Amino acid sequence: MTVIGWFQILLYCAVVVALAKPLGWYMTRVFNGERTFLSPVLRPVESAIYWIGGVDERREQHWLTYTIAMLLFHVGGFLIIYGVMRLQAVLPFNPAGQSAVAEDLSFNTAISFLTNTNWQNYGGESTVSYLVQMLGLTHQNFLSAATGIVLAMALIRGFSRASARTVGNFWVDVTRCTLYVLLPLCIVYTLFLVSQGIPQTLGPYVEATTLEGAKQTIAVGPVASQVAIKMLGTNGGGFFNANAAHPFENPTALSNFIQMLSIFTLGAALTNVFGRMVGNQRQGWAILAAMGVLFIAGVAITYWAEANGSSTLNALGLTGGNMEGKEVRFGIVASSLFAVITTAASCGAVNAMHDSFTALGGMIPLINMQLGEIIVGGVGAGLYGMLLFVVLAIFVAGLMVGRTPEYVGKKIEAREVKMAMLAILVLPLMYLGWTAVAVVLPSAVASMANAGPHGFTEVLYAFTSATANNGSAFAGLTGNTFFYNLTLASSMFVGRFFMIIPAMAIAGSLAEKKSIPPSAGTLPTTGGLFVGLVVGVILIIGGLTFFPALALGPIVEHLAMTAGTVF
Amino acid sequence: MLKEIRPAIFVLLALTLITGLLYPLAMTAVAGLVFPAQAEGSLITRNGEVIGSALIGQEFKDDRYFHGRPSATSTADPNDATKTVAAPYNAANSAGSNLGPTSKALADRVKEDVDKLKAENPAQAVPVDLVTTSASGLDPDISPEAALFQVPRVAKARGISEDRVRALVASTTEGRLIGLLGEPRVNVLALNLALDAAKPQ
Repeated sequence: MTVIGWFQILLYCAVVVALAKPLGWYMTRVFNGERTFLSPVLRPVESAIYWIGGVDERREQHWLTYTIAMLLFHVGGFLIIYGVMRLQAVLPFNPAGQSAVAEDLSFNTAISFLTNTNWQNYGGESTVSYLVQMLGLTHQNFLSAATGIVLAMALIRGFSRASARTVGNFWVDVTRCTLYVLLPLCIVYTLFLVSQGIPQTLGPYVEATTLEGAKQTIAVGPVASQVAIKMLGTNGGGFFNANAAHPFENPTALSNFIQMLSIFTLGAALTNVFGRMVGNQRQGWAILAAMGVLFIAGVAITYWAEANGSSTLNALGLTGGNMEGKEVRFGIVASSLFAVITTAASCGAVNAMHDSFTALGGMIPLINMQLGEIIVGGVGAGLYGMLLFVVLAIFVAGLMVGRTPEYVGKKIEAREVKMAMLAILVLPLMYLGWTAVAVVLPSAVASMANAGPHGFTEVLYAFTSATANNGSAFAGLTGNTFFYNLTLASSMFVGRFFMIIPAMAIAGSLAEKKSIPPSAGTLPTTGGLFVGLVVGVILIIGGLTFFPALALGPIVEHLAMTAGTVF
Repeated sequence: MLKEIRPAIFVLLALTLITGLLYPLAMTAVAGLVFPAQAEGSLITRNGEVIGSALIGQEFKDDRYFHGRPSATSTADPNDATKTVAAPYNAANSAGSNLGPTSKALADRVKEDVDKLKAENPAQAVPVDLVTTSASGLDPDISPEAALFQVPRVAKARGISEDRVRALVASTTEGRLIGLLGEPRVNVLALNLALDAAKPQ
């Protein structure tokens, strides 16, 4: 670890915190339906969309209607992605002549992008056409991100409203989020990325003759416009197989820094939106602080582990840390930081290959996802995930003092706690359950690229990443098989919707409750005690759930590595 | 619920057209006007022929050139489409090795490379980036140490002084952005082009 490395990390944290407030202010205005400086341009487009969709923007929805609208929206999204992937051979914008994508892979990819996971069982440049990249993937990058944000908004309204039957209008929220938040940011962002060297062209792959006279086919495409939303929307599905490690997806130190920022900005800003809407910004800062504690701890461990490197390679006299699967322009610190950010949020873009990380360095991304990606988290998903833990923490605190727990003026009762537990327990059911199935199926074991405990970690990582809707991978695992295409798709589906539906039920039930003023017996939820309590609950629940699985994978591998064992 | 079906079709279609076609196509047009070179892939031409991209690494094996990092990219086996064969710096199929820290295959590969490099230049410690594959398999850069390590070989093969080659390395080295972000690096293709352009003494 170096001083300059830590300065990069601190600078990053400072900028994320600094951006939370202005963006939070802007997003609050957007979701309250107020005028913004973009309204003169966007308002006519917005009205036109409501007109053709037959949406009455003043009519709000009950939480159940809101959820059904969201689910219907996804059915259509699924059909579009699946359709363009299966038909890409006969559709335009296919200069590389890609043939139709197989049924199981198309199914997996459609679920993957729909759920904001963006797991890549396909290799971008070698499998799909430009039309799929744009109409299938870029489009769903926007809409799955917008869905995450608006669901968080619905939950926030649940907390901030009193005696209300409705939580907002899904169609209005999703349209405003796309038009006023995501699209304008992406337009500016795309141009910045192109200036750094990311291609944005519909031309065919380039045939080059290298200095030594060899032929090199260079894949290009409309990359920048997809990378912009891939990062801002915490989607993470790369244009290229190597994702943000590919020099065309992340060419410079500056593009890397901005990409890392764009993973966290909207998620961090949503904590501020939460504070504003419940009438006290410090409530938002307290949540961001709890996230920050867990984040810094994770960065420190991964950075330390990667800088120390693998003892197997160090024994050969190599110094400079673990550079296998990392790019020179990012080095150890920016690769470690990126890995922690991308798994803390549900992004899943990678600028280094996590499979080649040291055992402990690669364990932190795994833990981040197993905790449910509540450290800033996916846009929206992170906040509602974190609020579920807050509900539990408040409940535990209530048990300790023997009072009905309350949070931001709302009583937390049996229904909310049950729903929170349901959402939290469904995640380990998927990733532990499917991992257990995979490791006893010889055909699934055959997909592992590494032998020994590392192979087990590859499988555990895959199901964890899918369930948590992350999308990063220990990419050695051959995931494009019938078994993994279907099981991973089921994990992504359950991980997304079985978290969303209970969260929406909580939103509905909270909105209906009366708001009660704080009394002397109310636990203050803006101070260090509350932050500590939330962090404690997260780590205890997390630790009890997945420690045994970690012991079989990264922990035993670390011990093997220090003993000099190779597999 | 039936009331939600109309927006589920039309709001979805409208947003799909905007984000899935209008946005990427408009950005392609604007980017092509504002940053034409970058938008096309930062291509480098010499004598009217495309020799590569400034951002994409390419394979160098000749002693007269600086070598990049090992690359783990592959291509379909021409004899059996279900298998793949090693194809370093295949810019149409980016990939890393994905070998973990306790992989015997990784340990063996690195050991072999370290031994080879030690024989080439016993005077210096082997830089770690010269024996590890990059994440994309297309890393265009090596560390300044890795470039300096190769100076004696390149100078000998070209019959020019080591000082001259070292000066070229120094002039191609890029530092950290504002002294803080990223890592110091040398773009291998740029360095090799500079070598070719340097007149013999």
